[in-house]
Amino acid sequence: MSTLDNTREFFRRDQVWSFLAPEQAAVNVDNKMILYVEDLNLSFDGFKALNNLNLYINDGELRCLIGANGAGKTTLMDVITGKTQCDSGTVFFGQNHNLLNKDEAEIAQLGIGRKFQKPTVFEEQTVFDNLELSLKTDKRVLPTLFSRLTPTQIDRIDDVLKTIGLAKHRFMLAGALSHGQKQWLEIGMLLVAEPRLLLIDEPVAGMTAQETERTAELLTSLAGERTVIVVEHDMEFVRSIARTVTVLHQGSVLAEGTMDQIQSNKDVIEVYLGEEAAAGEQA
Amino acid sequence: MTRLTAWFSEGRSTGKHTLPFVVILLSVTILASAANLFLPVDSIFYVSTYTITLLGKYLCYAMLALAVDIIWGYCGILSLGHGAFFALGGYAMGMYLMRQIGDRGVYGNPLLPDFMVFLDWKELPWFWLGMDQFWFAMLMAVVVPGFLAFVFGWLAFRSRVTGVYLSIMTQALTYALLLAFFRNEMGFGGNNGLTDFKEILGFNLQADSTRVALFLITAILLAVIFVVSQKILSSRLGKVVLAIRDSESRSRFIGYRTDRYKVWLFVYSAVIAGIAGALYVPQVGIINPGEFSPINSIEMVIWVAVGGRGTLIGAVIGALLVNYAKTRFTAIMPDAWLFALGAMFVLVTLYLPKGLMGLYGQLKAKRNTVMNKESQA
Repeated sequence: MSTLDNTREFFRRDQVWSFLAPEQAAVNVDNKMILYVEDLNLSFDGFKALNNLNLYINDGELRCLIGANGAGKTTLMDVITGKTQCDSGTVFFGQNHNLLNKDEAEIAQLGIGRKFQKPTVFEEQTVFDNLELSLKTDKRVLPTLFSRLTPTQIDRIDDVLKTIGLAKHRFMLAGALSHGQKQWLEIGMLLVAEPRLLLIDEPVAGMTAQETERTAELLTSLAGERTVIVVEHDMEFVRSIARTVTVLHQGSVLAEGTMDQIQSNKDVIEVYLGEEAAAGEQA
Repeated sequence: MTRLTAWFSEGRSTGKHTLPFVVILLSVTILASAANLFLPVDSIFYVSTYTITLLGKYLCYAMLALAVDIIWGYCGILSLGHGAFFALGGYAMGMYLMRQIGDRGVYGNPLLPDFMVFLDWKELPWFWLGMDQFWFAMLMAVVVPGFLAFVFGWLAFRSRVTGVYLSIMTQALTYALLLAFFRNEMGFGGNNGLTDFKEILGFNLQADSTRVALFLITAILLAVIFVVSQKILSSRLGKVVLAIRDSESRSRFIGYRTDRYKVWLFVYSAVIAGIAGALYVPQVGIINPGEFSPINSIEMVIWVAVGGRGTLIGAVIGALLVNYAKTRFTAIMPDAWLFALGAMFVLVTLYLPKGLMGLYGQLKAKRNTVMNKESQA
């Protein structure tokens, strides 16, 4: 490259120098994709938890991940949210945010919220405080010290309290809630954070049929505006919410499609029901 | 006027114990001081200067307990090395008092403290420069502990060292400083430490009025630190700190840089410990490497455990009670004190996991339920 080209490259007029670019650039979803997971590999002591995993999630989609125990569902979420480092591969949030060189807090601030398998709420604090902590605000130390709840934020928390049906329990300690209520509170904590992408691990474990139904309604209503990835074992539940289902098996994607396609997929049947069943199907 | 009342009502809302605590603390100190200064010695209400100094020492310990409680009770970081920050603050004050002696020392050297003359040093080491200025020494009393806490916390919390490992590291920190300060070559008076102080800001340290003034200043600063800490811990930052204590990984996943919160809280706590140390030294009249000893730091944790961790008032009460017990006990049976301390720690851990404040809360709850039942019946 000649000096002239170099100079031109350096003084490009269509972009600013990288150190001038704002750090928290908006997520670029020009290609209608919000999450790109490519060639992801991760092994624990020789056990391949993730094996060349590729996964693309559209913006605004509601995606279900299913798979047997040890298929790599939770590990995948751990890698996306920065909890676990992967061995190789790339994870991009939109086109411009490489998630692999960010820590948990940065990833959360980008707008990726996560709900854990086992409900984890701050048990020693009230329901209201739990939601206040999760608000989408400046989370650096000094701004947090001097922050006051604005009326808009209080309204926002009240709205969410209504949505999750805990309005009556707002000043109760979170530790005193029932298991199902804790699940809801954790979903509420996701909602007040207004994330772009929600990763939800087994949302209906331990819920009654009625609560499950309400969760399904809530999740489907979220999709569109936000992107939701749900990991769930309850097939009934998956069928009730999912448009696209991805089946993971031994750390890679086995099949992807609608629920009906998945259920008639030969590979899936083989993995789930054993080879004989697959052979029987053919005969 | 309305602002004043608003301030007072806020003072109440940040923790129902704040206002009563401040009122009791200040009125007791003022009464005790007045009784010392204005009553004749043979009056039954006369408070001896010895008692005043003893109370001042207790209040320094209370401030130190506050520092330990902020980091342990609220953030779950069990620091077994807070004695290090306390002693560093104390040494800063000690160095100032040492330079104030001037040529009135045994060797009469106008510049060098006695121990340096004794070691045959010719000039003042660089870190003693400026310590003859009160403001500079006081700045060092907060900056040095704060900076040490920052470096230590930054290294430890960023590498996500937690739990027992962190506690052991803090023990090692204070032990390393103990060994370092024992050396004469360090230039801090070695084994003997710094003592034989004459005056502070021109006031004679042995005078009753100076003693009373130091006691009053300690009480006022304790009240100020108590209120400020209560404010900090009841802000959203306080909620984040509790969240970190109860589930650190969850706090990270909702976007808080937990390591930074821990570092700054640790620094804040170390600064309080430094202030406590700086107030302690002129009242007891000596600072030596013994203050760095790991046992001291463990004792602080026991004060907080006895009083009730996670409540600022509990830390203060614990420090006052345990130290009063120590004073009485060591007078009657000096050898038994450590056994008593150990037994107290075991009993509190087994039967009063929330300390005396927890017990108080339980009794109150019980009385309330009984009263409710009676009113229903």
